[in-house]
Amino acid sequence: MTGINGSMAHLSDTLFTTAIATYAVGMVGFVAEYSFGKRGRIAATVPVAAPTRELVGAGGPPVELPPTTPIESTETAPSSERGSAADRIGRFAFIATVVGLLLHTASIAVRALAVDAVPWSNMYEFASVAGLVAVIAFVAVLWKAPQVRHLGGFILLPVIVVMFLAGTVLYSKAQPLVPALQSYWLAIHVTLVSVAEGALMTSAVLTMLFLVRQRYDRLSETPGRKIGAITAFGARLPAATTLDKVAYRVVAFSFPLYTVAIICGAIWAEAAWGRYWGWDPKETWAFIVWVVYACYLHARATAGWKGRTAAWINLAGFGAITFNFFIVNIVVSGLHSYAGLN
Amino acid sequence: MTDLRRPAMAALRPLRQLWRRLTSMRTALVLLFLLAVAAVPGSLLPQRPLNPDRTRAYISSHGAWGRLLDAIGMFDVFGSVWFAAIYLLLFVSLVGCLIPRIRLHARAVLRKPLPAPRNLGRLPEASSFEIADGPSAYAVAVRAALGRRWRIVQRDEAAGVVTISAEKGYSRETGNLIFHVALLVSLVLIAVGRLYSYQGSVIVIQGADQGFCNTVSQYDSWKPGRFAAEGKVSPAPFCIDEMSSFVADYTASGEPSKFSAHVVYRRTLAAKPEQATITVNHPLRLEGDRVYLIGHGFAPEVTIHMPDGSVRHDTAAFIPQNAATLLSEGAFKEAGVPDKNQDIGVSGFFAPTPADSGDNVITSVSPQVNNPVLGIFVYQGDLNYNGLPQSVYSLDTSKMTKLGAVNLQVGDTKSFANGVSVTFDGWVPWASIQVSHDPTQGYLLAAAVAMVVGLLGSLGVRRRRVWLRITPSSDAHDRSPTVVEVGGLARSDSGNFTAEFAGLLERLRGAATPTQRFVGAGKE
Repeated sequence: MTGINGSMAHLSDTLFTTAIATYAVGMVGFVAEYSFGKRGRIAATVPVAAPTRELVGAGGPPVELPPTTPIESTETAPSSERGSAADRIGRFAFIATVVGLLLHTASIAVRALAVDAVPWSNMYEFASVAGLVAVIAFVAVLWKAPQVRHLGGFILLPVIVVMFLAGTVLYSKAQPLVPALQSYWLAIHVTLVSVAEGALMTSAVLTMLFLVRQRYDRLSETPGRKIGAITAFGARLPAATTLDKVAYRVVAFSFPLYTVAIICGAIWAEAAWGRYWGWDPKETWAFIVWVVYACYLHARATAGWKGRTAAWINLAGFGAITFNFFIVNIVVSGLHSYAGLN
Repeated sequence: MTDLRRPAMAALRPLRQLWRRLTSMRTALVLLFLLAVAAVPGSLLPQRPLNPDRTRAYISSHGAWGRLLDAIGMFDVFGSVWFAAIYLLLFVSLVGCLIPRIRLHARAVLRKPLPAPRNLGRLPEASSFEIADGPSAYAVAVRAALGRRWRIVQRDEAAGVVTISAEKGYSRETGNLIFHVALLVSLVLIAVGRLYSYQGSVIVIQGADQGFCNTVSQYDSWKPGRFAAEGKVSPAPFCIDEMSSFVADYTASGEPSKFSAHVVYRRTLAAKPEQATITVNHPLRLEGDRVYLIGHGFAPEVTIHMPDGSVRHDTAAFIPQNAATLLSEGAFKEAGVPDKNQDIGVSGFFAPTPADSGDNVITSVSPQVNNPVLGIFVYQGDLNYNGLPQSVYSLDTSKMTKLGAVNLQVGDTKSFANGVSVTFDGWVPWASIQVSHDPTQGYLLAAAVAMVVGLLGSLGVRRRRVWLRITPSSDAHDRSPTVVEVGGLARSDSGNFTAEFAGLLERLRGAATPTQRFVGAGKE
């Protein structure tokens, strides 16, 4: 094992900070598009009682059509009218996101060169990779469904928060791997976990939007009910069933991945610690996360649990992921003590 | 169905209801959720099987609260009755749910796709179009257009009408069942593995005659499963005869980079000696057993002149007190002539890289060895006055008198009263070796792979039903052409069924010879 390349590690840190700043610019742009976009305003003023038509784009969330637009032309309609100020801001925000993504990727790649190993062996590095996965997931969704561009702020905000925490509280200097981590399972196990958890974060955001939208629908059906500021956001969101469906698809994708990640972790634990499972706190919480998402998948197929209950179970699952990442790493001691926060 | 009016059956009714309730999805969901919640204290409170010392400390520092938690099994959550109750109920619920589903699925797989409903227009997705072909010719074209993924049955109705029932996605339920059966098998394998598994650990000092064989008496600690408790090791005892060398490598900045133990071993007592290197992620795998390197430390070597004039050479493993600096503690015990208070006890610490923290108090600043210091307290008297078993790493000095204390570097000798002297000759490394045995873990891996395969089928495959009703042209009314009605149903995970159905419709249309006047009426 060679040492650490200091100047490269420094370059990686600089790229990381720049990526956060660029994401922040993108987020402000998305929020501006969301707030001032024409579609948003139309949706906010048109009574919801009129049946809205839904067109589902391939693989992505559908477009909820403004009543005046003919159906054919909206298949790939952007969220704001082409050429308008909001549209231009949205395009700019998208470009900023992609630039941020490139800087972010470069930061991780340079860190990998600096430590001469896969750069996700501590909390800082793991959070950075999970954030990258979430942004890639969002850009991939935009590829198929550009009409949800104005929702970019909802994805970028948690990513920026996680990255900010990673760069400040969780930061640790580039270091060579301790002997326990010198295994190809590090690349397999941790990559799978970060991809699955990054995707589950996207699902959690979609589920929150689903709950807002559903509440909005419920309140606006009963006349005279006041709609709060947060619920009013629901007016500009895609239809509730669509949000629910996409959130489910993401879990259906992530759950097998998470299962494989746990199995790979067990294989690694057998080689490193002498047993495939030992109820180490990290393992226990991985088990809890797995069981809660299993609950979600079952609840979604059970009468009486569909919709809102299932959505809350999804959020509970993401809560368990968050607990496993922050609390178990920082507060609870166990064998998975690689946080790098000493 | 069984007749519930018969008295014997009526008596069973509450039982049947209980069974039905237990095997319902709702109960399974609640149990699953309980399982997640029940696991939480197991991660937040210290657990006795993992960390007995911390558990003891926690209970004694929390008084009645600690004892209450202990009484309800909170310090051994995963071995507690209530945790077992939850997963056993879940197990039963799963079995009760799976058996009828396997039967239903087997029937569904064997059965032909259902006949077309009378009114296809009522299905969630429906459309119709006109074609120039006759019904039977078009039916052949439809089979080709749908391809092999669909199971297709053709039926004839009155007046020359032909219906086609097509169904796909059977592997969804197959995957679902494979996943759950594999899950049950995994649980059984884990349980069996626990019963027959064992785990022993032993400290092996580098050098000849310090090895061990895989028998219970030679281990420092031994954790057997219930059926391994009488000490039967399988398949045959192997021996780690010698750890010829242990090497710890460090980076320039002092971080550990590699630990490796070179060992000479025999697969069975009668086998030829072989050599192997055990490192942190690479255990030595013998049939049914794995030999791990799980820790290391230092064993100082001393020469002790006893009060009776005899000379003892001794090497003792010292236990690290600090994982980062490997400052270690231990003891040497030299029994003299019995009942003459001539035993010599030496307790001390070993600092691999010593630093004087003031007042001649030595501590260690690095796990790497650099001019090490052995600090000792020397006692004379009766080492084991009460004959009870005692730790080899510490001294009971209640019947001993202190002769003195000194910090020695390698080669130093210090003389005390009564002709006693201690020389620090040097040190050798030791490694903590763990032997684990679990007869089912290979099968468990196979079951886990089956679970993933089942999961992919269960979450990735979509179940679809499509029907076509092809009504032939008739001369009676306006020479109407052949009419094709299509209806579709998403049996699971509707996803994007509207778009999917539109694509399917396109293929079905393309398979036909179009009529002169094109009439297409989608259901909007």
